[in-house]
Amino acid sequence: MESPVLKIEDFCAFFGANQVLKNVSVEITRNKVTAVMGPSGCGKTTLIRCVNRMHELTPNAKVSGKMLLLNEDIYSINPIVVRRKIGMVFQRPNPFPTMSIYDNVISGYKLNGIKLNKSEQESIVEESLKKSGLWNEVKDSLHRKGTFLSGGQQQRLCIARALAMKPEIILLDEPTSALDPKASNHIEELITELEQYVTILIVTHNTAQAARISDFTAFMYLGELIEFGPTEKLFTVPEDKRTEEYLTGKFG
Amino acid sequence: MNKDGVTFRLAKDRIFKGLVILFSFLSGIPLIIILYYITSKGISSINWDFIINLPKPVGEIGGGISNAIIGTLILVLVSCILAVPLGISAGIYLSETRKGKIAYVVRLCVEGLQGIPSIVIGIIAYAWVVVPMKTPSAISGSVALAIMMLPVIVRSTEETLKLMPNSLREASLALGVPYFRTILKVILPAGLSGIVTGILLSVARIAGETAPLLFTAFGGNFMNANIFKPMSSLPLLIFNYATSPYSELISFAWGASFVLAVLVLSLNIIAKLVAKKWKVQF
Amino acid sequence: MIQEQQNIMKLQLKERKQNIGRIHFQESIFRKVLYLSGILIIVLIAGIFFTLLFDSLSAVRTLGLRFLYGSTWDPVTSNFGSLPFLLGTLLTSFLALIFSIPFSLSISVFLGEYFREGIVSSILKSMIELLAGVPSVIYGFCGLFILVPLVRSIEMKLGIVPMGVGIFSASVILSIMVIPYSASLGREVIQLVPSDLKEAAYSMGATRFEVIKGVILPYARSGIFAGVLLSLGRALGETMAVTMVIGNKNALPTSIFSPANTMASVIANEFMEASPGTIHLQSLVAVGLLLFVVTTIVNIIGKYIIKKMSVEV
Repeated sequence: MESPVLKIEDFCAFFGANQVLKNVSVEITRNKVTAVMGPSGCGKTTLIRCVNRMHELTPNAKVSGKMLLLNEDIYSINPIVVRRKIGMVFQRPNPFPTMSIYDNVISGYKLNGIKLNKSEQESIVEESLKKSGLWNEVKDSLHRKGTFLSGGQQQRLCIARALAMKPEIILLDEPTSALDPKASNHIEELITELEQYVTILIVTHNTAQAARISDFTAFMYLGELIEFGPTEKLFTVPEDKRTEEYLTGKFG
Repeated sequence: MNKDGVTFRLAKDRIFKGLVILFSFLSGIPLIIILYYITSKGISSINWDFIINLPKPVGEIGGGISNAIIGTLILVLVSCILAVPLGISAGIYLSETRKGKIAYVVRLCVEGLQGIPSIVIGIIAYAWVVVPMKTPSAISGSVALAIMMLPVIVRSTEETLKLMPNSLREASLALGVPYFRTILKVILPAGLSGIVTGILLSVARIAGETAPLLFTAFGGNFMNANIFKPMSSLPLLIFNYATSPYSELISFAWGASFVLAVLVLSLNIIAKLVAKKWKVQF
Repeated sequence: MIQEQQNIMKLQLKERKQNIGRIHFQESIFRKVLYLSGILIIVLIAGIFFTLLFDSLSAVRTLGLRFLYGSTWDPVTSNFGSLPFLLGTLLTSFLALIFSIPFSLSISVFLGEYFREGIVSSILKSMIELLAGVPSVIYGFCGLFILVPLVRSIEMKLGIVPMGVGIFSASVILSIMVIPYSASLGREVIQLVPSDLKEAAYSMGATRFEVIKGVILPYARSGIFAGVLLSLGRALGETMAVTMVIGNKNALPTSIFSPANTMASVIANEFMEASPGTIHLQSLVAVGLLLFVVTTIVNIIGKYIIKKMSVEV
């Protein structure tokens, strides 16, 4: 068995008195794509937002349980450090509007005051844009602002921005739900290619997408992790009745 | 019977609309009159000498209003230095602190400041700066003008920042950027157009103010760039010359009015352009 | 493999701890500066109020209530009654409101109902903005040289002493200056009237005028009133234009054409002539305090009404 890069143990999350995650335990394998799916309100987005500690930005948010990144408790380290080791891509592409494409990619370094010399910067920008499949389309307009890019291209820019920090895991929160089918397709192909460089945890409400691109799938419902396993197995012979009902469209 | 009633009602409707249109455009007449007079009477005084030279004693021909132009520029500049950092910072504070007693009180105070008559602010600047310094000075005038600029800058900063989408902030925080750098390097630059527009509009307002300068900057006929001494300004000059009995001075006042009107108008136009062109699209 | 990665991560964490310490420090300074600037605003307005209070205290103590109802203001005899200015301010402001309301209401209806968009609307909107942007001293200047001669000829026809300056001229100038304030607020509230209310009236066969009179204006009533109050607040504090056309006489106005003074204009006129430390100067500061209090109260009422309205809407 390959080593888990992220271990979640008995994890609970609350918004005030409302419990949104109930005793979730799962191990995420390195260099694989793990999908988290489930109907709206099941807690999948909350779960990944707890991994990079964005959940606590909401007032009255509380957590309990453990999340270990490479055996280090995420909740005992400063959240800023955690976030630099974990990348996140959001539902709506959000490149920084005042920065050029080039500056967007290395914004993680620039905004954090991490000094790189010119050649280091350039190689990181090129490498990240190549990995996210955007390099050929923008290499001649690196210093233009990113707002002229299409939705799909903007999302790939956000992926490049996350990759540039060389994170252990990248969290993707429904990255294609705001994109048209063609762009979504490109992103899905990209995700399967990115496996070799980084571990991917993706939240999706689209079961077909989960089936297409993930190696492992977690099914969540009402804050609980109902079932977790290799994608092929979960989709063909699910163990839990609720998983089967979700997959056959009975609810959600 | 019905028909007459309807005709009457329709007539009333038309008369009302006519009256509304009439009165609305009548309101524009004073504006046209003012612009016409300033331009026709002022433009004859405008020549290069007028802008460059200092006022000459009454009875001598020529001279100019250069000291007032420079004075206005210096007063505005110093006021900006005083008001802009404080205003932007208070605006950030208010936009980041939606709830809480202190934020509520600060908002009330900002609104209160906006309503204070300019002459009262002049009294305050007199008491706070002129009295301890024992002399009127440009800096006391700038203090008064800065107090007047503050509410507009705070308001426009707060409103602009509130409009920034949350996704912008989350993108930065997810990269591990600490909160204060997120505000300073991501949110603030994105909101720059609104903030600069607020500053330009408040500058346009104070450039034309006279009352707060009456006992602070005080005015004068000499060229002075020393902010610790009295300083002239375009509105002060217009006031003093217009109320004087000398026709040469009065014609200078028209010329100065023209210059001031052009200045204020340009600032307003630039503010509109900035709002349009610099606005960040999300 | 994990062990290596763990070690690397631990090293990086150590580096980070030092940087994190610095970041914490910078962040707390940032938050403190923001908080401080908020507090400074509170201190500023409190300072304004208390300065006005203290610098006028001894005058008020010496003069007592005579300050408010005395009708003589004479620096020579140290008799400082501010009633002439109270009356002057109230008269000019209320007259200004009365003169301006038909115009600002028309504009509100014009822009809020008849011509919401389009070229005509933009033209009028720009004119109103320009009106609001003209510096007060220019209003006064034009008033002095255009309006005052006009008033003088009217006075001659009416057989009154043709001074030209006085309450009437000041009120006219003021009314022009305050039109933009009530006009823009009025326009906003009229635009906010829900269309289903209007459609209900139209569907019963009402004419546009009847809809405006019976549905829109009543609905927008409090907003329009708030706009009028805001205009009032502006008129009360207006200094330069009034000073230049009101005639500067420290006496109770006897007619609409009397030269007079307002609270703002007497300060503008006499402040520099009053010697520091004298009861004259302190009385002028007291007038300033009075002006501050009155305008603040009017503005508070106006803002309160607006807030109540936005909650209802």
